[in-house]
Amino acid sequence: MALNAVKRDIPSRIEGYGNTGEKLFEGAFARKPEGFRASAMMRSRGPNDPTKFLGSVKEAIAASGLKSGMTISFHHHLRNGDFIVNQVLDECAKAGIRDLTLFPTALFGVHKAIIPHIKSGVVRRIMGSVNGPIGQLVSEGGMEVPVVLRSHGGRPRAVIAGDVHIDVAFIAAPTADVGGNMSGRAGKSACGSLGYAFTDAEYANCVIALTDNLQHYPIAPISIPGTFVDFVVQVGVIGDPDGIVSGTTRVTRDPLRLLIARHASKLIEASPYFKDGLSFQTGAGGIPLAVTAFMKEAMKRRRVRGGFGLGGITGYFVDLLKEGLLKKLMDVQSFDHEAVESISSDPRHIEISADWYANPWNCGAAVNELDVVILGATEVDMNFNANVNTEADGALLHGIGGHQDTAAGAKLTIIAQPLLRGRIPCVVDSVHTVTTPGEAIDALVTEFGVTINPRRRDLIDACGEAKGKNAVPLVPLDELAERAKRMSGPMSPLRQGDRIVGIVEWRDGTVIDVVRQIFPENISS
Amino acid sequence: MRRTMLYLPGNNPNMLLRGHLFGSDGLIFDLEDAVSRSEKDSSRILVREVLRHSGFDGREVTVRINGLDTEYWRDDLAAVVPCRIHGIRVPKVDTPQTIRDLDDALSALESRASVPIGATKVFCLLETALGVWNAYDIATASPRVTAIIPGGEDLAADLRTSRSKEGTELEWIRRMMIVAARAAGVDALDTVFPSVTDEEGLRREALFTKQLGFDGKSVIHPAQIPIIHEIYDPTEAEVEKARKIVAAAREAAARGLGAVSVDGRMVDLPVVRRAEFTLERAGAMTEGGAR
Repeated sequence: MALNAVKRDIPSRIEGYGNTGEKLFEGAFARKPEGFRASAMMRSRGPNDPTKFLGSVKEAIAASGLKSGMTISFHHHLRNGDFIVNQVLDECAKAGIRDLTLFPTALFGVHKAIIPHIKSGVVRRIMGSVNGPIGQLVSEGGMEVPVVLRSHGGRPRAVIAGDVHIDVAFIAAPTADVGGNMSGRAGKSACGSLGYAFTDAEYANCVIALTDNLQHYPIAPISIPGTFVDFVVQVGVIGDPDGIVSGTTRVTRDPLRLLIARHASKLIEASPYFKDGLSFQTGAGGIPLAVTAFMKEAMKRRRVRGGFGLGGITGYFVDLLKEGLLKKLMDVQSFDHEAVESISSDPRHIEISADWYANPWNCGAAVNELDVVILGATEVDMNFNANVNTEADGALLHGIGGHQDTAAGAKLTIIAQPLLRGRIPCVVDSVHTVTTPGEAIDALVTEFGVTINPRRRDLIDACGEAKGKNAVPLVPLDELAERAKRMSGPMSPLRQGDRIVGIVEWRDGTVIDVVRQIFPENISS
Repeated sequence: MRRTMLYLPGNNPNMLLRGHLFGSDGLIFDLEDAVSRSEKDSSRILVREVLRHSGFDGREVTVRINGLDTEYWRDDLAAVVPCRIHGIRVPKVDTPQTIRDLDDALSALESRASVPIGATKVFCLLETALGVWNAYDIATASPRVTAIIPGGEDLAADLRTSRSKEGTELEWIRRMMIVAARAAGVDALDTVFPSVTDEEGLRREALFTKQLGFDGKSVIHPAQIPIIHEIYDPTEAEVEKARKIVAAAREAAARGLGAVSVDGRMVDLPVVRRAEFTLERAGAMTEGGAR
C-alpha cells in the first residue's frame, strides 16, 4: 500500500490490473509522456482484393479474426439508443468467443442486455464507464476483474500510449459507403459528431463499420475515412433515434436549479474571463443548460462576444453561434436535433475527436483553451476533491466523462450542484472516491451561494468587487459543510469489502483512486 | 418591507428549508390550500421543526393556518406560535369577531410559550364579499392586524364570477382595500398572480397595484420575485430626486424657512413625506437623513 498525492491508499499490486508502483497519481500535471506512440497492424487492400462489404455482423466477426481473450471497442455516439454493443456481443456468444475485454467509451442503460454475457464469461473485463445495472453488478463484485475507468481524454491517451491495444473496433455509422467512409451527419440514425471513434479507427488492428444507411462511394463530407476501415456491414438498424438524440433540450423550471445556475452565471460574469473571446463548456444537464441561458443574457447585456463552445453540443450552443455570441463550436458529441442539423450545415461547427478534445498527451487538446467549464459531482470534500463515480452507498454508477479533462484544462472550473440530493449531502469531509483532485477545481456553486477554492484568491477578490445586482453571494466551505450536516443528520457508516472492483485512472494513466466491493444492504434501490 | 411574500408548501421540506434563498421579503409557510387533508398533521409537524431548527436570513416568517371554520386551526397555532414567528396569515376572515377569537387564542399561546403578548402579528385574507365589505372593521379589530389581503379564486367564486387575465372582477376590491388599509393604518398586500409563466401579465398587474398604493404582493413562484421587486423598487432617478427633496426640506427647516424649492419648483409637506418613503423603500435613509 502507498498513499498517492490525494492521500488515497493504493495497493502496490491490483489483481487483474497489475503493479501500481510507478502509476500512483502525483498531481494533475505531474506525469509527462516518454517514448513513442503505439501503432496498429499494417493492412492493405488492393484493386483485386475482395470487397470490404459483408452481409452480416457474424461474417464480419469471422473476417476480423476476433478470438477469445481479445479487446473490442465501442463508442457512445448513439448513447442510450445504441443497438450495436448488444448485437455484436450476441454474435460473439453464438460464435463461442469468450474472455473478451470490452473497451467502450461509455455504456448506457440500454446495454444491460449484456449482463448475461458478463455472467457467462463472454465478457471478462470492462475498461470504460459502467452505469446503471452494469455498475450495480460490478459494485457487488459481479466481475472477476476490476473495471478500469478513464476520462474522455484519458482513453485515447491510453490507446496512443499503448496502455490498451484494440484488436477490433466496431464503429456504428449513421452513414457509410462501401469503401468504409463514415459520417454521423445523415441517415435515420444521424447523431452528428463521431468524435469518440476517431482514435480507435486509427489504432485498432481491425476496424468494422456498421451502418443502416449504405451510400454510393464516396459520401461527402467524410468524418472517418475508409483508409482505416477493414469491413463494412449493413444492418437493419444501428439504433433507436429517440435514444440517440433528444428533442429540443429545455432549461429547467425547477427554481432551486435555476437559483444555482444564476449564482454560477454571476460568478462567471464577475471573473476575469468574462470578456470578448470567452470560451466555455456547459454540457446538457439541467443546471448547465440554465447557466448557458443566463450567460447568453449576460453576454448580450454586456456586449461580450465569445470565442468557442466546446464538448457535448446542444441547441443552446447552436443558438449562441447563430446569434454571433460564439464564433465556433467544437463538437465531440451532438446532444440534440439542433446540434446534428448545425454540424451538418454550418462550417463553423467543427467535429473533433476525443483525442483532440481532451487527451493530455498530445500537442494541443481543446480543453487547454477553455476559459470556463460547468460540471456536476455526487460529492465534493473539504479539499475540493470531486467524486463523480460513486454514490453515497458506494455503488459505482457513473463514468468520468470529460470531468477530469475539462477541470484540468479550464481556467475556471465550477461544480454546480444542490447541497443535498434528497437527504444525501453533496459536501462531505472526504469523498468516497476521488475522480478529480481539488487542485483542478476552482469553485463549488450550490443554492446557498458560491464557494471558492481558497487557492484562487484572485477569484475571491474579483467576486468581492461585484456589487448590486451582480453581487456574488460567497459562502465558505466549512459553513456549507456544517449546513449540510445539520440538514441531513448523521449518515450511517458505509460497509465495504477489501476487494477492488474498479480503478479510477487520472487522465495521465496514474491511479487516483480505487473502488471497493459493496454489500447489498448498502445499495439503495 | 413587504414587496414580496413567497408561499411555500407546508408538505415540501425541500422548499421550506430553502425558500429564503430566493430573496423575497417574507415567507409564508402554507398549511392550508397547499396541503391535502391527509397531510395536515405531518405538514404541521414538518413546518414546526423547520421553524425551530432553521434560519431564514432575516426574512419576515409567517404561517398560513387553516381557517377558523376548520378543525385544524387551533393545532396549527399551537405548533407554530411557540417558534416565535412574525405572523399568522389567516384565511377567509369575514368579520371582526374572527380576529377577536384569533387574538384570544394567540394571547393564550404566547403567554404559555413565554412569547411577548401581541408579538405574533396577523395578516388577514379577505376572501368573501362579506370580508371585503368589513375590511376596515377587520383591520381595526386587533392591534395585531398588520395587513389585509384580498382573496383571489375564492373571492371570485363568492362574487359569482371567475378570475380574468385583466383582473376586472378585483378592480374595485383592490381600490377599496387600499382605502380600508390606509384608514386603519395597516399594509395592503395584493393577492397572487396565478400564471407563473406569464411574466408580462404579472408585470402589468404589479404596476397597476403599485400605482393604487399596495405595499407588495404575495407570490407563488420564486421567478416572480425579481419582477415585482423591479417594479416596487424606486428607480435611480426617483431616488436621486427624493434625496434632493429631503435634503432641501431639512436645510429649509434648519434655517427656519417654511417653503422649500427644488429644481425651481415649490415642494410641500406631502411631497417631502413621499420622498422620505421612496428613500425608505430604496434603503437609502440613514440616521441623519438622506445620504
